[in-house]
Amino acid sequence: MYQAIVLLPLLGAILAGIIAIAGARARHPGGSPAPGAENHADNAHAGGHGAGASALHADIAHASSHHAADGHGHAAEPPAQGSRAAELITSTLLVISAILSWIAFVRIGFQQEDMRVALFPWIVSGELQVDWALRIDSLTAVMLVVVTTVSALVHIYSIGYMAEDPHRPRFFAYLSLFTFAMLALVTSDNLAQLFFGWEGVGLASYLLIGFWYQRPSANAAAIKAFIVNRVGDFGFALGIFALFALTSSINFDAVFAEGPVLANKTMHFLSWEASALTLVCILLFMGAMGKSAQFLLHTWLPDAMEGPTPVSALIHAATMVTAGVFMVARLSPLFEYSPTALAVVTFFGATTAFFAATVGLVQNDIKRIIAYSTCSQLGYMFVAMGVGAYSVGMFHLFTHAFFKALLFLGSGSVILAMHHEQDIRLMGGLKDKIPVTYWMMVIGTLALTGFPLTAGYFSKDAIIEAAYAGKNPMAVYGFGLTLIAAALTSFYSWRLVFKTFHGAPHDRHHYEHAKESPAVMLVPLALLAVGSLAAGLMFRDIFTGHGVAEFFRDSLKFAEGNHVLEDMHHVPTFVALLPTVMMLIGFAVAYDFYLRRPEAPVRLAEQHALLYRFLLNKWYFDELYEVLFVRPALRLGRLLWKGGDGYVIDGFGPDGVSARVIDVTRGVVRLQTGYLYHYAFAMLIGVAALITWFMFGGAH
Amino acid sequence: MGFPVLSLTTFLPILGALLVMALPGEDEATKRNARWIALWTTLVTFAISLLLVANFDAGSAEFQFVEKRPWLGGAINYHMGVDGISLPFVILTTGLMPLCIIASWQAIERRVKEYMVAFLVLETLMVGTFSALDLVLFYLFFEGGLIPMFLIIGVWGGPRRVYASFKFFLYTLAGSVLMLLAIMAMYWEAGTTDIPTLMRHGFPAGMQTWLWLAFFASFAVKLPMWPVHTWLPDAHVEAPTAGSVILAAILLKMGGYGFLRFSLPMFPLASQEFAPLVFALSVVAIVYTSLVALVQEDMKKLIAYSSVAHMGFVTMGIFAATTQGVAGGIFQMISHGLVSGALFLCVGVVYDRMHTREIAAYGGLVNRMPVYAAVFMLFTMANVGLPGTSGFIGEFLTLMGTFKVNTWVATLATTGTILSAAYALWLYRRIIFGRLEKPSLAGILDMDRREILVFAPLVALTLLFGFYPKPVLDMSSASVSALIETYQSGLKAPRNVAAVK
Repeated sequence: MYQAIVLLPLLGAILAGIIAIAGARARHPGGSPAPGAENHADNAHAGGHGAGASALHADIAHASSHHAADGHGHAAEPPAQGSRAAELITSTLLVISAILSWIAFVRIGFQQEDMRVALFPWIVSGELQVDWALRIDSLTAVMLVVVTTVSALVHIYSIGYMAEDPHRPRFFAYLSLFTFAMLALVTSDNLAQLFFGWEGVGLASYLLIGFWYQRPSANAAAIKAFIVNRVGDFGFALGIFALFALTSSINFDAVFAEGPVLANKTMHFLSWEASALTLVCILLFMGAMGKSAQFLLHTWLPDAMEGPTPVSALIHAATMVTAGVFMVARLSPLFEYSPTALAVVTFFGATTAFFAATVGLVQNDIKRIIAYSTCSQLGYMFVAMGVGAYSVGMFHLFTHAFFKALLFLGSGSVILAMHHEQDIRLMGGLKDKIPVTYWMMVIGTLALTGFPLTAGYFSKDAIIEAAYAGKNPMAVYGFGLTLIAAALTSFYSWRLVFKTFHGAPHDRHHYEHAKESPAVMLVPLALLAVGSLAAGLMFRDIFTGHGVAEFFRDSLKFAEGNHVLEDMHHVPTFVALLPTVMMLIGFAVAYDFYLRRPEAPVRLAEQHALLYRFLLNKWYFDELYEVLFVRPALRLGRLLWKGGDGYVIDGFGPDGVSARVIDVTRGVVRLQTGYLYHYAFAMLIGVAALITWFMFGGAH
Repeated sequence: MGFPVLSLTTFLPILGALLVMALPGEDEATKRNARWIALWTTLVTFAISLLLVANFDAGSAEFQFVEKRPWLGGAINYHMGVDGISLPFVILTTGLMPLCIIASWQAIERRVKEYMVAFLVLETLMVGTFSALDLVLFYLFFEGGLIPMFLIIGVWGGPRRVYASFKFFLYTLAGSVLMLLAIMAMYWEAGTTDIPTLMRHGFPAGMQTWLWLAFFASFAVKLPMWPVHTWLPDAHVEAPTAGSVILAAILLKMGGYGFLRFSLPMFPLASQEFAPLVFALSVVAIVYTSLVALVQEDMKKLIAYSSVAHMGFVTMGIFAATTQGVAGGIFQMISHGLVSGALFLCVGVVYDRMHTREIAAYGGLVNRMPVYAAVFMLFTMANVGLPGTSGFIGEFLTLMGTFKVNTWVATLATTGTILSAAYALWLYRRIIFGRLEKPSLAGILDMDRREILVFAPLVALTLLFGFYPKPVLDMSSASVSALIETYQSGLKAPRNVAAVK
């Protein structure tokens, strides 16, 4: 059964991929290059081929239609063959996988059937023994449910959302490929397979962000996402190597057993002596920072919104970006013994939660607002991890998947209604035109801001309480910033709702034509809405209550002395009430600004122009990185190429020597034919000398 | 001794070359026959080489399929054999050869006969290099292999082929002269040129230093290591597609093979002494050439620079002298053979159509060449070292093996994984993605069946070895353990007095 959960999406990806390639091939048949390829004069290579010539005409017409099309770029292109088949195959397989995952969730979580399914050996070299294997425990089960459920819903939603796109088989192949990689990630039994899933989801994310490959901005965002993630993976990889150097294994069971031992060891890394476990944990956490878009490595996530909206919902909100949180939870048997590493986790989590929320306040692109919100909420999860409340962080991951996917898919419905307009300044008053979408967005917002009894209320408030109860030196910092961020979250979320759905429409044309999305999109929204409302109440006991130990068992490690789960239930009443108060403040300000006095925010922005620009430009991180890394790298590359290779090495090496040789041989030998004979001659002389020496001189 | 399978694998291509030479004239029929003879010869050679795999005992570190006959008056033996380190390279050579012949099917129109002869002779010399067990024999194959390559660049190459060949010549000549002197010195000291004997010989420490340096000069040029790499981009740019494939996939590997066969087992003390030097050069190669690759404007040059960076991982892993480092180095070489070979073939596909390698001349190819785009994507990812492709295994193992020895080196080398993503994806973006706006590209056609046939095995193997690298790792594991054992014992028992003759 577990193999099926993981491999069905792969099967879907392969089938849809075959359909995509076969369809594309049918439209753009292959052809041999023209003969005489060596002759550079021959440019009319299509001339001799009838197919080539006709294709040429077809494509010129084709290309001109591209220019005429709207931002989407391919409205004129006919849909790929087999689109329907690809949709149905991948969606059906995903639904089956999701149903199996829920069965697995019950079996593993409540009937306690943990297991390890070994598939086949992967990397075996000396003491390094790595298998392809599925590690099935409660932590995996939670992730299985989240990933397959959201993925199945996103697949179905996409049938409606992508209906006009000509490249649907490719889209669905990528979606399923992503799901497979994500499942491989959450079921991994060793760090190498975790890394496989990790980079695999990175690949899928890269492909999907750049799905509309004709847009330069999409291509740039895709590359940025991949490379920024690689920066994180640089640390991740070093963490794996360090762990292997210390324990001679990278299998979870073997490594976890060493956790307490490593805590007292030191390791020589670069030029200093570091605590082995802290070093390993911080290096691995670097990977988590990249994947989960934490402060300093967050820049790729907002740009990733260039991808189609269902992708943003699945990958850049509900699943892939939570991989970093999952990683820390999975490695809790290591992190738990390194207070320093946990403090670092808390620090970055809290900083991100606050930083992203401030940026979210002033953005105007509906998807970017939600993207910053995601970034901020991921920060919350890391705060929970950092204070040792792993199950609480997992709880927020679980509920966040529902309401954030709901918000993204809902905004997709808005975007579709607005004909691919994403600027909320041009929206307004949509409440009556698309009422179902409106209510879905309101439910999502309630859950995100932590309205009592919704999913976010239980999970987010629990994090703030855990931060208050936490013992590590950064816990207070975490508590303060997450609390402030709660008000900010409420403000920007309601700002989005008010500017989009309330008030007067700002773009009459789009407004008039706005219409509600089809059922194939609304049903997934409704299911996610149910989850956003009920998931907190239903599952709070197993994540934050007394059921934690029984549900998670060994999959999360709480060391002796870690009582945060107990202590968080005994915080002072005012602490428990504070998040709700903050939420209400945020709501009130948003209500005042955007419904009662719409001129107020404008005035405020003018009064604090500097701060406003600072936030609007996302604290200038992109500009900073451009100046610090991108341009110097290119400049250095050019310098090394022209200066290093060209001037120094070649100048003093072969060119210098050849210049001398040419001086000597000029007029004596014809150079074009000379080298080969030189070479053969030199070699023959050498061999002759060698043989002579062997036969006569060298005999002993 | 039995049936001489190894000699047959080695010399069958020469037989094919003689057949091709015997063809009369230079008309279309002759060209066709030359192509078919070459293809069948390489295919049969490949089939025979698979017999080696089938009968190879991976559990043993001994040389197998050994043939030994006195030669040249008894001073030197014709001594051939393979172990787990050389066999993968033999198979890589015989396996890639038919693909190169098919890839040249239409691209080469001029002097087809001579071209095929050059390739077939080259095959013999390459297989010979990897299976020679006598120093002089090795030297003949090793240096001889350059002559056909030289011709391939010089005759069928691009406009600057003369400059490229000259650079190639200067670098390799310098290396080979030193190696020749070293071989003489080794004979003087040990009284034999038999490689297995020399491996057990134990050279005195002082002598090891000089011998190591002499061999290093030759292998470092071949691999190539920074700073003696500048011949490679020029040679690649000027070489015809199949020539680039062989150059990147196999000729470069001779350097890495040389380190494994000679430097580590024969001069362990010097290897240890010079490891920091190799590490430094490797790291510089990885970072420096990756940065240089970032700003290239020529597709082939970019891939050539990325080859230098990938070979940096190989040298680093080998001289870490840990199981993972050495096994990873071997794996990386095999994987790089597949991946860089495929990337050069990818360049060839569009070069055959547009006759330019300038990156700026392309853009938006995915709109008309979907299959090409998919194939190119796979190899781009393999080049980047994405897990699930063969490129990952080699990088991962070499870095892992090196980290145990030197964290600075491993850390700096790991930055290469970021840079490789940058240059590879940027290249892909500029060629494949975007709108197809250039009028010259409007009629470009996707790969035909022949081209797909060439790529199919490479695609399959890149994925297979990514998910299941065991066949390669198992084949070499016993020999790698034995090598490391020899190396370690060589370190423990240094002989400071000259050998008793």
